[in-house]
Amino acid sequence: MIKAWLVVKELLRGARITSRHFFVNMTFHTLRLFGVKTKRRGAVTIQYPEVRKELSPRHRSLHRIRPRDDGKPSCVACMLCVTVCPSECLYVEAAEDPDPEVQKRPASFVVDLNRCCFCGFCVEACPVDAIRMDTGEIRLAARGRADLRIPLDKP
Amino acid sequence: MLADTLIVLVKVVLALTWTLLLALFLTWVERKESAVMQDRIGANRASVFGIRLFGLFQPFADAIKMLFKEDFTPAFSQRVLHWLAPALSFFFVAVSIVAVPFGNPVRLFGRTIPLQVADLNAAVLFVLAMLSLGIYGILISGWASSNRFALIGSLRGAAQLISYEVGLGLSLVGLVMVFPSLSLSRIVDFQGGLLFGAIPKWGVVIQPLGFAVFFLAGMAGTKRVPFDMPEGESEIIGFYTEYGGLKFGLFMFTDFLEVIVFAALATTLFFGGWQVPWLLDGGFSFPWGGGPALPSWAVTVLRVLSFNLKVLFFCWLQVLTRWTYPRFRYDQVMDLGWKVLVPLGALNVLATGLVLAVR
Repeated sequence: MIKAWLVVKELLRGARITSRHFFVNMTFHTLRLFGVKTKRRGAVTIQYPEVRKELSPRHRSLHRIRPRDDGKPSCVACMLCVTVCPSECLYVEAAEDPDPEVQKRPASFVVDLNRCCFCGFCVEACPVDAIRMDTGEIRLAARGRADLRIPLDKP
Repeated sequence: MLADTLIVLVKVVLALTWTLLLALFLTWVERKESAVMQDRIGANRASVFGIRLFGLFQPFADAIKMLFKEDFTPAFSQRVLHWLAPALSFFFVAVSIVAVPFGNPVRLFGRTIPLQVADLNAAVLFVLAMLSLGIYGILISGWASSNRFALIGSLRGAAQLISYEVGLGLSLVGLVMVFPSLSLSRIVDFQGGLLFGAIPKWGVVIQPLGFAVFFLAGMAGTKRVPFDMPEGESEIIGFYTEYGGLKFGLFMFTDFLEVIVFAALATTLFFGGWQVPWLLDGGFSFPWGGGPALPSWAVTVLRVLSFNLKVLFFCWLQVLTRWTYPRFRYDQVMDLGWKVLVPLGALNVLATGLVLAVR
C-alpha cells in the first residue's frame, strides 16, 4: 500500500516537472508572439540557416592565405605546413618571386578538404603567419570531391 | 424519411470530419507539445506560399509524403490480409465515435436532432466491443506480414489489449451502476445533476477510483508509449514492421484516432460529456443563486465547446503522459493489468454496490 503510494507520488512528480516545462515555455512563447520582450526564450533552439550561433574566437574553419600589402599571398613557399600536415592535404608548388626580398612564392597552394582534419598544425607551423583558419566558413559541402580541392592562393 | 436519412448522413460526415481532422492535427500537437516540454520548438518549417503558421501544414506535408511512398508488400506475406489489417484496425476505431454525443439535442425546423450519430441504448458495450475488435487489425497484420518480429508484436498486442479490456470493462461497471444506463446520451444527461446541490454530478466525482482504473486501462488500450508493447520501437519494431507508405500511415493514424476516441470516452463517461457546470437549458443557475439566462443556441454552443475543450484536454494529457513516462517491460504491463487494475476495478464495483445498497 505504502509502496503503491510512493509509486503514484513519483509518477505525479514526473508529470509535474514536464507540465511545468510545458506551461512555462508556452507562457514565454505566447508573450513573444504578442510582441512582449522577455529575457528568457521559450526554447533553446537556434534555427540554424536563419540564425547563426557566434563562432568561438579560437575556432578552426576553412583556411585562408593572408595577403601582403600589395595583395599577393604572403606565403613564402617554405613547405613547413606541408611537412607538418598529418593528413597530407596541402599541396604547395614553389616558384621564384620577382621581388628579391621575398625570393619564393607559391605557384599553387591547394588544400584538399577531403583529407583535412582541421587540426590547425599548419597555422602553428607557418613562420610568416601566412595561413590562417579563421574565415568562419563552416559549410564545407560540395557536389563532388574535385570541388573540395580548394586553391587558396587565388584571392 | 428522406429528411431523416439526410440528417443521419450529414451527422456521419460531420462526425467523421471532426475525428479525422482532430487526428490529423493531433500529429502536429504531439510533435509540438513534446517539443515545448523539452525546451525545443518542434516542426515549424512546412509552409504554404511562405506562410508557416507554427507548422500547422505539417500534417498535410506528412500525408503527401506517405501518399508518394511505395506501397510495398513483402514477397512471403499474404496479400489480402496484409491489405485488410490496417483497414480493419482503422475502421473499428473510427466507427466507435458514432456513439459519442457531441452536444445536447437541438431543435431545428420543428425537429429534435440529437448531436450524436447514433443514440445506441447499449453504447458503452458497443464502444468496448469496437475497441476490442481493433485487436483483429493488429493480429492479422502480424500474421500476414510473415515476419517473426511482427508476429511477436501482434501477439503481445493481443495479450495486452485483451488483458486491459477486463480492467476497462470492470472500471465502467461501477459507473453504469450509479448512472443506471448503458446509453452514452443518458449517462451524460445524468451527469447534469448536482451532488449535495452544489457539485456537478460528474462521473469522476462519484467514481474517482473507477476513473483512475479507466484512465490507466484506456491509456494501455491506445498502445502508445508507456504501454507500447505491440510496437516496441526500441526492441522489436512490432506489428507494422512490414508496412510502409499509406498502410503504415493508416496504422499511425489509427493510434491517434484511438487517443481521440479514448479522450471522447473519458469526457463522456467521467467528465460530464457536453455538460457545462451549472448550465441548464435556460442558462446558468449557480448554487449560490442566480446566474444569467441564455438563449438556447448559446447554451448549445457553450455545450459543444465544452465537449471539445474537454476532449482536447484529454488529448493533451495523453500526449503529456506519452512524453513523460518511460515504457513498461512486458511482464510489468501484464502485472499492472491483472494484479492492479482488475482487483481495483473489482473493489470499485464492490464499494459502489455497498454504497448503493446502504443508501
